[in-house]
Amino acid sequence: MLPDGERRSAHDAAVFNLREKRDQAGRAEPDFERLREHARALKAHALDHLDLLLERFEENASRAGAVVHWAEDAPALNRIVHQLLESRGARRVVKSKSMLTEECGLNPYLESRGVEVVDTDLGERIVQLASEPPSHIIMPAIHRSREDIGALFHRELDVPPGETDPVRLTEAARRHLRSCFLGADAAITGANFAVAESGTLVVVTNEGNADLGMSLPGLHVACLGLEKLIPGLADLAVLLRLLARSATGQPISVYTSLVNGPRPGAELHIVLVDNGRTRLLADERHRRALGCIRCGACLNTCPVYRRAGGHAYGFAIPGPIGLVLAPALGGTEEQRGLPLASTLCGSCTAVCPVKIDLHEQLISWRASDVPRGLRERLLSRFAAACLSSPALYALAGLALRAAWPVLSRRWPGNPAGPWLASRELPTHPGASFRARWRDRVRGAGP
Amino acid sequence: MPELAAQRPSVALFIPCYVDQLAPEVGLATATVLERLGCEVGFDAGQTCCGQPFVTSGARREAVRLARAHVERFAGADAVVCPSASCVATVRRRYADLIGEARAWRLASRTFELGEFIVSRLGTSDVGACFPHRVALLESCHGLRELELGRASERLDPEPSRIGVTETLLRGVSGLELRPVSRRDECCGFGGAFSFGFPELSARIGRDKLRALSESGAEYVTGTDVSCLLHLEGLRAREGFGPRAIHLAEILASGAGR
Repeated sequence: MLPDGERRSAHDAAVFNLREKRDQAGRAEPDFERLREHARALKAHALDHLDLLLERFEENASRAGAVVHWAEDAPALNRIVHQLLESRGARRVVKSKSMLTEECGLNPYLESRGVEVVDTDLGERIVQLASEPPSHIIMPAIHRSREDIGALFHRELDVPPGETDPVRLTEAARRHLRSCFLGADAAITGANFAVAESGTLVVVTNEGNADLGMSLPGLHVACLGLEKLIPGLADLAVLLRLLARSATGQPISVYTSLVNGPRPGAELHIVLVDNGRTRLLADERHRRALGCIRCGACLNTCPVYRRAGGHAYGFAIPGPIGLVLAPALGGTEEQRGLPLASTLCGSCTAVCPVKIDLHEQLISWRASDVPRGLRERLLSRFAAACLSSPALYALAGLALRAAWPVLSRRWPGNPAGPWLASRELPTHPGASFRARWRDRVRGAGP
Repeated sequence: MPELAAQRPSVALFIPCYVDQLAPEVGLATATVLERLGCEVGFDAGQTCCGQPFVTSGARREAVRLARAHVERFAGADAVVCPSASCVATVRRRYADLIGEARAWRLASRTFELGEFIVSRLGTSDVGACFPHRVALLESCHGLRELELGRASERLDPEPSRIGVTETLLRGVSGLELRPVSRRDECCGFGGAFSFGFPELSARIGRDKLRALSESGAEYVTGTDVSCLLHLEGLRAREGFGPRAIHLAEILASGAGR
């Protein structure tokens, strides 16, 4: 979690600024709310027909000359990618941002087998040099200040000490990355969408780094989750109009590349990854979370994410969409407990460009999958028992009133302790509403 | 005049457990306002809790039990009015999923948040209240986004901006000066179980809210949910700054009446 103070405030402000840009861009587009509804419907349709779309995509992509692989889980993806690289003697790889490979731990897997992986998205490169995971799905280094980055680049890229100018820092990164691109044996990318009717991969960036990767080395491996499939190019037109506006407030991203098969003389391999997605697809209550187009709008509006920072989540995807995907795609007990980390304010649901009912999903996950301790289960059963009978409820009210002065003070083991850590309890009013209502009725009577 | 009396709208008060125990004056103010507007107000002392804490913490079995009891208790009412938007949202938005019965649907359509009932059912925005102070509005999340008592800032459709019911009522209060707040509909960080599960984060969000409210120059902060107001009031007591919390019902009940 971000420490309280300057750094947290800067993170909050930078991220909320993205939310405000989204509002401006959306207001400038008269069809925005209709586009959202359209996108919701087309994503629902795509998920309902995912089996057909995947078959059609494989057929069309293969016809265009790509080789399609299927990976059931993270280890399978990592194995497939490593075998492809090894069999072609590729030791140096440039990668363009893919949250899926973060989710599957591809970098550490390849690095431990002697493959050098350079993340080429500027933000990604920054967090890679700092040996930490991304903290935002489209702004991976948004938690870092210019000063941090200057110090990091001084240490890693020989930038003069004290450099904080974004233009000069970017220039240094660009020079460094250019040499990585030129020396790379292979490129790994993600994909924002995969179009079934044409077998096309769609890669969207603001820096053009994915395009350099795809254009220079002779081997391109694209890794994507099954949920990226959409039926046709007309659907792409709808989603592209929403993606950049929701993410950063841009009408469209700087680079949108459509990849249909390999370049002449080069190889294109596409790995379609499940890793829990078909399980989620089979879950009627939660499947629509797979409609996510990874714009990050829910992160930017989330009051919790903005204060906690992305690293607090312990899951590759932070923020509201991460809370919803963690129980399905994550494995650990901690990740299954993530749906609790929300105030349920509903702002995420209200900004989602494909109208995923994120906060409702959180409520539903809490009821079905959050691991709960014995103490908590007993406590809720006891509380429900007290509240189920008017007589017991009245008794509990009396007990609470008697205990209030003790509860209001800080002492170890006080059940009100978490509240008191940063707030005071209100002064107890003495009589309950029902007692005062009784008096009122009596007073008003004859 | 029995004919006239028969026309008085009959209202069943739904006083949530925490209002009953910790903020009885809000319940009384609710009754006062409704009576002033000519309603026949009744209170069934057998009611306890709508089940919201169990719904949001994932204790489904317990939630179902309390929802059934609540439906049973209020099934015969013409209109149910409650001074807590989040409890109304529980009845309206969660009961159908918890207990898929016609009675639950029927109750959902007859349960109202206080301000919503006054504006959209009684058809008035002037309750004759007087509150000569600078006031900031806390647009609490459930009221705003689940009951649509106002227009959430995330909504981008070009429809001309409507003023929400809470704001409409506050504008009708004589002497009251409504102050704009930056990030007007950002959550206060309370979030029920969240404030206990993640107390530090809850307080961080709350302190930022308190600061924004304080910068608005308001003397009071008001809203439709006692829970959010208690959270802000608890922070104010600890931090020593910020406007005092007062529930919408108390503002509407203030002054001499018509």
